[in-house]
Amino acid sequence: MGSSATLEMVVPSAAKLSHLQMLEAESIHIFREVASEFQKPVMLYSIGKDSSVMLRLAQKAFFPGPIPFPLLHVDTGYKFNEMITFRDEQAASLGLDLRVWRNEQALADGANPVRLGTQRCCGLLKTTALLDGLRAHGFDAAFGGARRDEEKSRAKERIFSFRDRAGQWDPKNQRPEVWNHYNGRISPGESIRVFPLSNWTELDIWHYILLEEIPIVPLYFAKERRMIVRADSLIPVEQTFVHGLPGEEQWVRSRLRSLGCSPCTGAIRSDADTIPKIIAELVSFRSSERANRVIDHDQDGSMEIKKREGYF
Amino acid sequence: MTTTGGMLDSEQSEFAIEEFLALEQTKDLLRFSTAGSVDDGKSTLIGRLLYDSRNVYEDQVRAVTGTRVGQKHGVIDFAQLTDGLRAEREQGITIDVAYRYFSTQRRKFIIADTPGHEQYTRNMATGASTADLAIILIDARKGILTQSRRHAYIASLLGIRHLVAAVNKMDLVEFSEEVYRSIEGELEELVASFGRAKLVTIPVSALDGDNVVEASERMPWYTGPTLLEHLEAVPVWKEEASQALRLPVQRVIRPDQNYRGFAGQIAAGTVRKGDVVAVLPSGQSSRIASITTFHGDLDEASAPLSIAVTLEDELDISRGDVLVDATRLPQQSSSLEASLVWFDGDRLETHKPYLLKHGAQTVSARVSRVLHRTNIQTVTAEAVSSLAMNDIGVVQVELIRPIFFDAYEENRASGSFILIDPVTNATVAAGMIRGGLQAAGSGDVARQKAGVIFAEDDSMAAAVESILLAEGWPVVTTCVQDEQLLRALLSLRVAVIVRATGGDGLNLNGLNVLHVSDFVGQDGAVEDGDAAAAVVDALRNWSGVAGQKGDGR
Repeated sequence: MGSSATLEMVVPSAAKLSHLQMLEAESIHIFREVASEFQKPVMLYSIGKDSSVMLRLAQKAFFPGPIPFPLLHVDTGYKFNEMITFRDEQAASLGLDLRVWRNEQALADGANPVRLGTQRCCGLLKTTALLDGLRAHGFDAAFGGARRDEEKSRAKERIFSFRDRAGQWDPKNQRPEVWNHYNGRISPGESIRVFPLSNWTELDIWHYILLEEIPIVPLYFAKERRMIVRADSLIPVEQTFVHGLPGEEQWVRSRLRSLGCSPCTGAIRSDADTIPKIIAELVSFRSSERANRVIDHDQDGSMEIKKREGYF
Repeated sequence: MTTTGGMLDSEQSEFAIEEFLALEQTKDLLRFSTAGSVDDGKSTLIGRLLYDSRNVYEDQVRAVTGTRVGQKHGVIDFAQLTDGLRAEREQGITIDVAYRYFSTQRRKFIIADTPGHEQYTRNMATGASTADLAIILIDARKGILTQSRRHAYIASLLGIRHLVAAVNKMDLVEFSEEVYRSIEGELEELVASFGRAKLVTIPVSALDGDNVVEASERMPWYTGPTLLEHLEAVPVWKEEASQALRLPVQRVIRPDQNYRGFAGQIAAGTVRKGDVVAVLPSGQSSRIASITTFHGDLDEASAPLSIAVTLEDELDISRGDVLVDATRLPQQSSSLEASLVWFDGDRLETHKPYLLKHGAQTVSARVSRVLHRTNIQTVTAEAVSSLAMNDIGVVQVELIRPIFFDAYEENRASGSFILIDPVTNATVAAGMIRGGLQAAGSGDVARQKAGVIFAEDDSMAAAVESILLAEGWPVVTTCVQDEQLLRALLSLRVAVIVRATGGDGLNLNGLNVLHVSDFVGQDGAVEDGDAAAAVVDALRNWSGVAGQKGDGR
């Protein structure tokens, strides 16, 4: 963790609330509303920095009580080992009710991004697995850590996002969302995805992690890692089906800017080994955080297509 | 987002980043909405605002540089920075509210970018509902069109205090001060007619960037702030913190027998440890024992923080109840007059059951009457019997049980609601409460406080009774000194006058008990009428604490 000795959350006062206090208050209100209005909510836990912030906000919302719903991790089978280790440590130390769901059939059939291409692979291991997992448990509301600043189609996402029986999203038929009065009414089989971090930016997330000293996966911090170096891309060497041409595999001081599956998440060259250094790097960056995700750039408007199909 | 001020590079020292973060932490948040029509250049203005304040990443700029068919290669299409969904890119219009984020050295901003087309009144209302400020785009060549009028009206209706009129495309009117001044004058008149919003008008060219972030050299006659300067300087609405406390209970947190916290987001006011609060609808009161947060207890907390409080007494409180300032109670009524913005494709049906969601409670409701619809082209009232999608009107709503509220004009959080269709589950309307309608005989019970008044003197008892009745309080007079009976009467929220000296031997802990004899001057010089008025005053201002053992349940 980075040094945060000189920084603390400002004590709330009537005089002036900081933007982080405003965002936190909004998110906690959303958590409490969903926990009170739905039969069986769940938090989708992806192990990344946004999930870590979401988890802390959920702890705060129900403090001193426990988080009154389980966490679901949709495991594609290709997540970084460090992510899985971190996930299990968090669940144990915080006493979380963590459920894991995998599309075992597809994995047994040998699904991987090299064989299927990223679109089909994501479809099976992420979207299908997510929908199956939600259905199998009968969850009627699922918290996700998506933010509106991540990608253009997400800028129009509601905080309570209605999904039909097939788990699909219709951007032209969203419920109007006024003030902070959320409409969570659904019919059997329908569900709501809830995005408590909608109004947070990437910088807000990092700043909050720093102030709150929230634990995150060590992959975010720079160190020497084994990478396939191909043009501008750094591809982590972790899965057996990912291998480079002779000379492409090197030790590179690098880190991950967002976490996904190891074959499809590029690393960046970096010396940022503390959170303040990560933030310094972030504010000097010239590309948005999802630019290193292979999947978002398959085709123009690709995220919107995935969302319509049920991807988060 | 990204390059806040664009000052940092990767070689920056840790010391500098600490400074940056310290600055970052002092920033507050301004939410604003933008409305404009298809050709007003709204998306271009927002794109320009983001780009010139260095809040756009290079990959995002690359993605919108020279991508349109027939477009000159290498020219940044600012509008495309903000136009999101495929469907609307195909149609070339913005069809839904899009939220954008940017920050400067001074502030963080959330933009609710709303489409200006007439059929999207509902989106404009949605964007405006959470905004502190609204930017209205006006094409300098066209002046104030009916749509500008509509935008200003909706922003005012939704309670936005700060309006900014950006008079755009000044480059196409040769930066004429005359054109600008004439639009400015007309706008000031218009906005004044809608209420108390404050208007600032700024001449801009979004395409070239004049007066967006940088002051224009082409309009030396304009000496006011640029758009961004104004956005950074406008005071964020902080009145909420000094208003009367309103804390809707979202959830009761009860991890074990030792802790019972009432969790919610403070809708208005400030809560302090030791404060007396009333619980509605039960009318019981208690003191705040603690304000709980993850990082330890607080001495006080203000709107809009999300907190949990514990009370000194064990009261029966559940989701949907409201903790309020015991001396400044909200209104209560089961019959409301409200402005509605109708969202749904199905028309409003009077007498059909809808669900009204207000704070943390949902109550069955019917619209009994449509008083009028506002013609949003002319901003005049029209007689109608129903409302259709994108209509705005004033209606009467009847609820199956009373709710506690404030007028929307005084308090956006406790004066607003949504209507839900219980069959389709659609959010059919947004409502803003104008006031409660007095149903016959219901009275304004919330404003009255139950209490027991002991009066041994018949003429004093009569004087107190007549003042109470004149003020519309329900009053019961009795000679029976029975604890059960008195508690039962108080639970009906009536003032009870007991014609006796007593109270001796009765356990009236936690009840509001007054003895008229305490109000009569020692020498008997004070008139009966003055003493009676003092008794009623004491009753009205009583902010006592409910007793133990769950009295009055």
